[in-house]
Amino acid sequence: MKIIIVGCGKVGAALAEKLINENHDITVIDTNADKVRKITEDLDIMGIVGNGSSISVLNEAGVESADVFIAVTASDELNLLCCMFAKKTGDCHAIARVRNPIYSRELGFIQKQLEISAIINPELASAKEISNLLQCPIADKIDTFANGDVQLIKFKLEKNMGISGTAIKDLSPSIVKDVLICAVERDGSVIIPDGNFVLEEGDFVIILADKKNVQAFFSKLNLTVRPVKNALIAGGGTIGYYLAKFLTEKGVNVRIIEHKADRCEALAELLPEATVILGDGTDHKLLMAEGLSNSEAFVSLTSIDEENVLISLFAKKHSNAKLVTKVNRLEFDDILESMDIGSVIYPKYITCDFILQHVRALENQSGSNIKTLYNILDDRVEALEFTVSQKSDVTDVPLYQLKTKKNLLICCIMRDNNIIIPRGNDSIQVGDNVIVVTLEHGLSDIADILS
Amino acid sequence: MNKAVVLYILGWILLFEAVLLTLPLVTAFIYGEQNSALAFIITILISAAVGALLVIKKPKDRSVYMREGLVITGLSWIVISIIGSLPFIISGAIPNPIEALFETVSGFTTTGASILSDVECLDKSILFWRSFTHWIGGMGVLVFILMLKPLTGGSTVNLMKAESPGPQVEKLVPHLHSTAQILYGIYISMTIIQIILLLVAGLPLFDALTTTFGTAGTGGFGIKNGSIAGYSPLVQGIVTVFMILFGINFSAYYMILLGRLKKAAVLEEVRWYFGIILVSLLIIAFNIRSDFASFWASLHHSAFQVGSIITTTGYSTVDFNTWPAISKTILVVLMFVGACAGSTGGGIKVSRIIILFKSVKKEIGLFLHPQRVSKAMMDKKPIPHNVMRSTNVYMATYILIFAVSVILISLDNFDLTTNFTAVAATLNNIGPGLEAVGPSQNFSVMSGFSKLVLIFDMLAGRLELFPILLLFKNETWRKF
Repeated sequence: MKIIIVGCGKVGAALAEKLINENHDITVIDTNADKVRKITEDLDIMGIVGNGSSISVLNEAGVESADVFIAVTASDELNLLCCMFAKKTGDCHAIARVRNPIYSRELGFIQKQLEISAIINPELASAKEISNLLQCPIADKIDTFANGDVQLIKFKLEKNMGISGTAIKDLSPSIVKDVLICAVERDGSVIIPDGNFVLEEGDFVIILADKKNVQAFFSKLNLTVRPVKNALIAGGGTIGYYLAKFLTEKGVNVRIIEHKADRCEALAELLPEATVILGDGTDHKLLMAEGLSNSEAFVSLTSIDEENVLISLFAKKHSNAKLVTKVNRLEFDDILESMDIGSVIYPKYITCDFILQHVRALENQSGSNIKTLYNILDDRVEALEFTVSQKSDVTDVPLYQLKTKKNLLICCIMRDNNIIIPRGNDSIQVGDNVIVVTLEHGLSDIADILS
Repeated sequence: MNKAVVLYILGWILLFEAVLLTLPLVTAFIYGEQNSALAFIITILISAAVGALLVIKKPKDRSVYMREGLVITGLSWIVISIIGSLPFIISGAIPNPIEALFETVSGFTTTGASILSDVECLDKSILFWRSFTHWIGGMGVLVFILMLKPLTGGSTVNLMKAESPGPQVEKLVPHLHSTAQILYGIYISMTIIQIILLLVAGLPLFDALTTTFGTAGTGGFGIKNGSIAGYSPLVQGIVTVFMILFGINFSAYYMILLGRLKKAAVLEEVRWYFGIILVSLLIIAFNIRSDFASFWASLHHSAFQVGSIITTTGYSTVDFNTWPAISKTILVVLMFVGACAGSTGGGIKVSRIIILFKSVKKEIGLFLHPQRVSKAMMDKKPIPHNVMRSTNVYMATYILIFAVSVILISLDNFDLTTNFTAVAATLNNIGPGLEAVGPSQNFSVMSGFSKLVLIFDMLAGRLELFPILLLFKNETWRKF
């Protein structure tokens, strides 16, 4: 598809990088000439120096024939303006990033009036993701398919779960009844396991399951997985506010620490059910005095990445809380993965991923067969949801007979609103949605799973 | 809340109480009071046993934050009162548990309200324990422990702040440990001086000890049914002077010790305190002149009663319930004023009264100049905003507790003066009220329910309301 991206900051650049891997024609617009020059040197895309709200610049970028228009500049208003002009000048899908919480309440209205396909509010989306993690605290990461009915959950295998040292095929049937182990990360490398794979303590395991069966699965591993009842949040910024709101609506006892007095006043008004503490979230004594050692969740949301990581490490030592750390900069994500501090949230990636999902969904509508695509385990594994629209070599054949590529697993078949964890005798039918997990990139059709 | 450390410290307090109980036990042996001796032995064993059980396991995390400090304060006072009431019950001196608890709480909180109609028939060791609880409770149980055993971990200054009365509790010297030692040093010295003076004045040792305990702690339990009326005017005079002395802010004494006499003399609170005493004393002396043979006698008794009530001691030399209305009213007002902060006295405290006055003055000023920015000063330093704020809230809380208590005890159907002064006498830790609970009466006429309400008031008053109130809030006890 033809895609125009306005705003070549971190998100814009990350987006361009990911989209180019999916073979789109990409044009980037930014007022900063250096940024444009740099990105066009690194990637096979077109770059235009100019203001995205200028019609002439838009025309130069070819907006009349564009399929998707993405505005991710630093300014909400500029993003919305660009999208508005793009829609009037051409017939494209417009996606805008809008951060200001004032607009978030009126997003529905804005979307409808300006006919923008999707608006991403990164802080709101980050808060939602954190809230989802706190509903299932054992998980390091949760991705969803099939509109939320199917979950892909990554968690760390501990000794007391009772399945370390067991091969997957030897796992008790009651455990694997409704759940498929799709991928395992061990010592930095990723494996798509077959039946003979032996699970070990310390593995990061990714399972796929119907959302309804997740709690039952974990209870069979001797874990009561229930949503957290209380949470300590360090940092009262926008994400902190949204998160506290989500949590208090679910009845969670929220304590939020913020260092600016007037922000505390505002939060105390906005969040009457939460306890707002004026103080420095990196102050260890304050954290201990405010119950860190007994908290069930600790979320580091200060504005400084390094502080967030350090207080999460502190919290890990002094409590059993579920840890969530927010990191703004994207440069050190592989190091953080290896630090084992639980869930790390990258608001910029969340923005990126959201837009990518949307672009893929648009492609799907216009004929592509990929409904949803996730990159998991630091981009090493892809989880794809295919729509099977026509007969092919993969349909109507029992799975055990299919010669699929190596390091590929068919995890889930969704048929007529039923979620099927496939066994050897199941087969793929036309009209199904199939979820596949693979180490390979670049699959574009269900037929590509065959070797 | 770190429940483990709370229980651990409670254990030490119980062990400490067991040690304190040996003194009345010795008294029982001296006077050959076998029944009481047994009661004390049993109590010591129980207290020591429970205490030992609680301190056996030292908790890993011994950090004491604000919450733990306040809960320890509230709980420990309740626990020592319960244990301290056992000798009364077991020996049969006060068989009814609620009445025994009332008397014990009245002792530790240095109230001095009694349910006994005849004290002179009780064993000397029982009377000793009764008065000794005043002495312990006066400066504080926790302060005593902080003096002996530097508890590590967290802010133990919260313990001292929770137990010591006053709107702004500060340390005298950097170490909490040393501050506690200095306070107790002054306290013990003054106690010894008073005992010696009373002995010189002709009192037998037992009377000198118990009277001094009651004065030092500004408690008011007497060993004679007539309180201090039966003693010589010289003794009464000594008691008057020392009651007033024990009602002065102890940091003033510390300043005197350091040689800064002038600084101590100009402390606002001390000047207001003496001013109020002088004015009240003179008005009452003139008012009750006709009751006495000479002006000197009326001055003497006026001074005694004024000193006794403002310091919330509660000793009496006459039945002031018979005094004319203006004198009685002044005394009731003095009940509320109370002694200086940082002393063993109760009541609202002179420094709070000063802060409230300055608050009112500032507010009136704001009506004249709405945009005005002014700072209320005390002793040449500005009163911090949060001290003003918490003093105002303290008053509001005080009034609330007062009102609810009066309503609750009015169920007994006594007259309003009785109910009003009963609560005033207990919430301010004075002892005698007026009418049915006047100086010649006692609290046995109240129902068991009312006694429980007044027990709450005595504890709340001594601990300055909030540590006790906090015990009733759900969140205090939760882990997170």
